Amino acid sequence: MSSPWSIMLATLAKDIRLEWRSKDALNSMLFFSLLVVVIFSFSFDPLAEESRHIAGGLIWVAILFAAVVALNQTWARELRNQVLDAYRVSPAPPNALFLAKAIGNFIFVSVLEALMTPLFIVFYNLRAVGPAWQLIPIALLGTWALVVNGTFFAAMSIRTRSREIMLPLLLFPVSIPAVIGMVAGTTAILTGDDPAHFWIILLLTYDVVFTTACLALFETVLQAE
Amino acid sequence: MSSPAITVTNVIKQFGRFAALRGVNAEFDSGKFYAILGDNGAGKTTLLRALAGLAHPTQGTISILGMTPPDACRQIGYMAHPSLLYDEMSGMENLRYFARLYGIAGDERCVEVVRAVGLDPELTRPVGQYSQGMRQRMSLARAILHDPKILLLDEPFSNVDVHSAGEMVHLLRGMRDSGKTLFVVTHQAALLQGVADEFIWMLAGQIVSRTPDLPAEFTGAGVR
Repeated sequence: MSSPWSIMLATLAKDIRLEWRSKDALNSMLFFSLLVVVIFSFSFDPLAEESRHIAGGLIWVAILFAAVVALNQTWARELRNQVLDAYRVSPAPPNALFLAKAIGNFIFVSVLEALMTPLFIVFYNLRAVGPAWQLIPIALLGTWALVVNGTFFAAMSIRTRSREIMLPLLLFPVSIPAVIGMVAGTTAILTGDDPAHFWIILLLTYDVVFTTACLALFETVLQAE
Repeated sequence: MSSPAITVTNVIKQFGRFAALRGVNAEFDSGKFYAILGDNGAGKTTLLRALAGLAHPTQGTISILGMTPPDACRQIGYMAHPSLLYDEMSGMENLRYFARLYGIAGDERCVEVVRAVGLDPELTRPVGQYSQGMRQRMSLARAILHDPKILLLDEPFSNVDVHSAGEMVHLLRGMRDSGKTLFVVTHQAALLQGVADEFIWMLAGQIVSRTPDLPAEFTGAGVR
């Protein structure tokens, strides 16, 4: 009998292999984010001091919308040829599947962030006035907040007819506290006006609460007809 | 007298207002080959999905080897009409992944089942580039990977040429002879003449007849 941990790793490895071969999610996320960076860089003077105040919002909104593309792809793969049924009839625990999907999405969105951050810095002439290292916990916790809920709601919406519309409708309202934390925390660090500790703790609490809730409810979602 | 392997008691399955199964009662013995026949919409696939634990009965119970279908999942092999395989991965890559779900370590069992269904384990092409017949065989390999006692096969011969279908029937007969219980939903009943132990006819969500011989309307027409 495989442990839930080894099943989770096998599923994660399989998802990374599938994404590596198709590059569906990464390519579309990257294209969307690049568009946002370029379009907004034309719409206002990115060299102005104000850019520091709006860059946090801009980065996270771009990543939030781009992440939805990856989140939709996550389960679309499992629906082709009804492969999800093969998992459902196996003795593998549902939460191993959920965690593998969430961690996979976390990796894909993190790769996007790693590629996009230098571009944002160059295009908007960004320089953190506050402690720049705090951007790392904000990015990690914020990304997990997006993908854990996104993976869960994407699983909920896979059997609906208009699932690509349904996902943002479900995900965005629930993500508001996390998005506020990510944007406000990033802005606080970039401008140096306020400490970002509060926002980091908010994101950490949000992650713990929603990860627990998603793990507790995922089996019901997976077995729903 | 031994107790039946599977007992279906007054199972009703509704999808909204539509009742796909309307009070199905049946007992099935171990080591038998059951062919499930019926027109489209008769409830064959729903019955198979209920036995696999994929469709939860709205009413009634299913007992498989004394367990509920989800608890009996290690004893059940399920092959659906779609392949249940990842198109972007090769057959062996698919099987290696599903083997992990059942706690099967190493490649030996995967190679064994791929050979058993008449495919080459060295085939590196992704499943998406397989012919329909090869895909059906690989799908069968996935279903038997964990050596289940009960096999639920939905349309295993659809879009498969006559020669390949004959080979699959031969393989299924061997499985029955080795003590497995098989349920095969098919529209190609003639293929199972002389192989299946019982032909189950479904109509409008109910089992209307169970006969040891192929119903007369199939024998003359060959493949229906």
